[in-house]
Amino acid sequence: MNKSFTKEEYSQYVKSVSPNSKLFLNIIKAFLVGGIICVIGQVIFNWLKGRGLDSDMVSGLTSAIMIFLGAFFTALNVYDELGRFAGAGSIVPITGFANSVVSPAMEFKTEGYIMGTGAKMFVIAGPVIVFGICASILVGIIHYFII
Amino acid sequence: MSYINAFLVGGIICAIGQVLIDKTKLTPARILVVFVVAGVLLTAFGVYQKLVDFAGAGATVPLTGFGYTLAKGAFREVEQTGLMGALTGGFKAAAAGLGAAIFFGYIMSVVSKPKAKR
Repeated sequence: MNKSFTKEEYSQYVKSVSPNSKLFLNIIKAFLVGGIICVIGQVIFNWLKGRGLDSDMVSGLTSAIMIFLGAFFTALNVYDELGRFAGAGSIVPITGFANSVVSPAMEFKTEGYIMGTGAKMFVIAGPVIVFGICASILVGIIHYFII
Repeated sequence: MSYINAFLVGGIICAIGQVLIDKTKLTPARILVVFVVAGVLLTAFGVYQKLVDFAGAGATVPLTGFGYTLAKGAFREVEQTGLMGALTGGFKAAAAGLGAAIFFGYIMSVVSKPKAKR
C-alpha cells in the first residue's frame, strides 16, 4: 500500500501523525523526569523527617536543598542539558525555578556582577515571585473576611 | 509507598506543564507563573492540601507546591495575627526557598562559566 502514496500524500500523512506522537513522547519524558525529581525530593524529605526535625523545618529545608541542587547542576551546565531532554519535567519542579534564576544570571555575567548577574537572576523568577506573593496576599485577605 | 505516590503525582503535574507548553503559546516562564498561581488558588479552595497529604514531595516539589507554601503561610498568619498576616505570611513561609534561591543562585552564577549556547 505504501507504493500508492504520492510524495504529497506521504508528507501529509507524516504531518498528521508526527506532532501527536512527538507530543506523546514529550509528555512521557516530562512525566518520567518530573517524577524522578519529586522522588529525590521525597528521599530528602523522609531523611530529614527521620532525623526528628519538625514538619515546617523539614519542608523548608527540603525546598532549600532542592533549590541548591538545581542551582548547582545549572552551574555545571548539566541542568540545561536535562531541560533539552525533559522539557516541563525539569522546568516545573522547584529545581527548575533555581535553574531559571541561575541560567540567565550566568549568561549575563558579562554585564557585571550587579546589573548583569544581580539583576538578571530575576528575569523569570521575578514574575513568579510577584504573581505568587500577590495571589497569596489576595487569598489571605479573603480568608480574613470569611473566617 | 510514599515514593510511588510522589513519582506519579509529580510526574503528572509535569506532564500537564508539557501539554501546556506544546499545545498553547505559553512560554516556560509563563507556565511557571500559571503553576504558582494555580497552586495558591487550589490551596485556597482546600484541594491542594489533600494532594500534599497523598503525594508528599510529589505535590510540594513542583512549582504548584511553592504556591501551596505561600497560601498556607498567608492563611496561618491571618489566623494568628489578623489582616497583617496576609502581607507577611506568604513571605515567611517561603523564606527558606526564596533565601536559598537568591543566595545559592547568586553564588553559583558567579563561580560558574557559561557554556556556549548550542
